Amino acid sequence: MTEKPLITFDQVWKTYGEGEASVHALAGVDLSIRRGEFVAIMGPSGSGKSTAMNIIGCLDTPTSGRYGFLGVDAGRLDRNRRAVLRNLYVGFVFQGYNLLPRTTAAENVELPLIYRGAPASERHKLAAEALEQVGLLGRQGHTPAELSGGQQQRVAIARAIVTKPTLLVADEPTGNLDTARSHEIMELLTRLNQDLGLTVVMVTHEADIAAYAQRTIGFLDGHIASDQLNRKAA
Amino acid sequence: MLWETIRLALLSVRRNVLRSFLTLLGIVIGVAAVIAMITIGSGTTEKVKNDISKLGSNLLVVRAARPERGGSTSFTPRRLEERDLIGLRKGLTNAKAVSAASQSTVRVVYGAENIAAQVTGTDTDFFIARDWDVSSGRIFSESEVRSGAGVCILGETVRQQFFGAGDPDGMSVRVNKTSCKVIGVLQAKGTSGFGQDQDAVVMMPLGAFQRRIAGNRNIDAVYIAAQDGVATSAVQESIEGIMRDTRRLAPDADDNFEVRDMTQIADAMTSATTTMTGMLGAVAGVSLLVGGIGIMNIMLVSVTERTREIGIRLAIGAHEKHILIQFLVEATVLSLLGGLIGIAIGLALAGAASLTLSIPFAPSIPIILLAVGFSALIGMVFGFFPALRGARLDPIDALRHE
Ligand SMILES: Nc1ncnc2c1ncn2[C@@H]1O[C@H](COP(=O)(O)OP(=O)(O)OP(=O)(O)O)[C@@H](O)[C@H]1O
Ligand SMILES: [Mg+2]
Repeated sequence: MTEKPLITFDQVWKTYGEGEASVHALAGVDLSIRRGEFVAIMGPSGSGKSTAMNIIGCLDTPTSGRYGFLGVDAGRLDRNRRAVLRNLYVGFVFQGYNLLPRTTAAENVELPLIYRGAPASERHKLAAEALEQVGLLGRQGHTPAELSGGQQQRVAIARAIVTKPTLLVADEPTGNLDTARSHEIMELLTRLNQDLGLTVVMVTHEADIAAYAQRTIGFLDGHIASDQLNRKAA
Repeated sequence: MLWETIRLALLSVRRNVLRSFLTLLGIVIGVAAVIAMITIGSGTTEKVKNDISKLGSNLLVVRAARPERGGSTSFTPRRLEERDLIGLRKGLTNAKAVSAASQSTVRVVYGAENIAAQVTGTDTDFFIARDWDVSSGRIFSESEVRSGAGVCILGETVRQQFFGAGDPDGMSVRVNKTSCKVIGVLQAKGTSGFGQDQDAVVMMPLGAFQRRIAGNRNIDAVYIAAQDGVATSAVQESIEGIMRDTRRLAPDADDNFEVRDMTQIADAMTSATTTMTGMLGAVAGVSLLVGGIGIMNIMLVSVTERTREIGIRLAIGAHEKHILIQFLVEATVLSLLGGLIGIAIGLALAGAASLTLSIPFAPSIPIILLAVGFSALIGMVFGFFPALRGARLDPIDALRHE
């Protein structure tokens, strides 16, 4: 592997609060993730998974250490530069779907393209494509209230991939879904990873969900406690 | 992008129709008040100016002086008398008409009909001085004035009330229990700038008025028209000199009469309406300020309510400026909407006022455009702080917000 990793953590610390009351959410994390990998992050509550995900997704910056994304020192960029980075290269999927209420599926999916300044015709076309990829063609006009949880999460995934990002960041994407729906979502993410070469980093509490990934990283008290390749499910 | 943002703003206004409307009330009332006041005010000013130009700019009025506040104690105002009139008639060389008049509001009766009319006793010069004329019949003759004959000229409103379409010439009407013969009808003058019907009047010779109605020989005012080409100020000086001579006032005594020309009266009237407009403008300004604070308040609520939405937008790549513009546009659209509703209501009020007060409807395009611009400006100014607050949110905190 001569290719540079997509994501590098170099002694990343994230500290909340000052002095006595300070909490080290991340305490000197080293990590690297290559393009096209499908990584699951596991660990007990409060171990720093979400904190790491926010930094990976360029939503947050380390207190100290270096976070490299696409070869850029992303931890040093100001918030508007990071916004551009997110818009161009990162797609987000959240546990609670986070769709705009009273806004149709198609409009939700088009949203990232609006901030990219794409013309309406292109937005409609790309949104329809993305919705087709997640198997929701024909639901464009539905608002979140008119969709099931699984369907809402599919819309959220369509919104995340409509910009054809390099990285998909998913913090407990199946946390609100039942088992059958969870496996459907995981099959979708696996397909996107395999068909589009999309790098996926996902947090989960469930081993059978983590099993969809190629690699599982275990967090404990702000450290990486384990990092292993999964048995390839052929 | 901008169009998209405006559409989004309209959408969020529509989602909360009642709340949006209540928020807008301040702006609506403020703008409506400004537009109505200025439109009615300029209509009134126009009307007053018209009325005054009808009175004639070369007219001077002599009356008994009102004592000045804090004036010398030796001052005693004196009613105008026959003597003053004779003095002025003899002495003035630069006047084309000198006319004495007295007035009183009296019930005038014809058959079963009656009307409260302003009855004026005067002479033939009055018609020259005030530039009045009859639409039918004739004015008094010199001999009728001299003898104080029981003849009268009706105003249009009185004629209509008593005779409808008929001709009143030669008929007898009763004015304060004495009867007088109608010899003519005055040209209609319409309503004054202050909403007074100027045609509910009856004219009769001064002598008849004094004897039969007033019961005294008082003169309320002397109307003097300056000769063409002579400045009213010159005539005013002559009048003052003659009056002082006639009344034998000592050189150090105050005038016990006053002389005013119509341009002074016109200025006083227009300045009164301007002050009124200005004062109501200030009230409207306060209400616009309140409206602006209402907009600010509702935008703060809106930003708080939509914190998660802001978080989502920031996460998927919105810049600070995108969020700022979104909420700024929303505030502007909101207050612009209020402004437009206010303009419509203001114009409707002014229209109704112009109908009932019969003043001209004088909407001013620049004022309307100013109101549009101003309400947009209020939205931007008062929407800026909430919008900035939304734009500065941390995306992670915003996403966690319930
Ligand atoms: N904004 C914050 N201010 C203060 N402390 C914080 C903040 N965010 C996270 N923390 C702390 O940092 C630690 C790591 O939090 P984090 O959200 O990364 O945990 P997590 O692994 O995602 O847990 P969970 O599985 O419950 O989601 C926790 O102790 C948490 O209390
Ligand atoms: Mg978490």
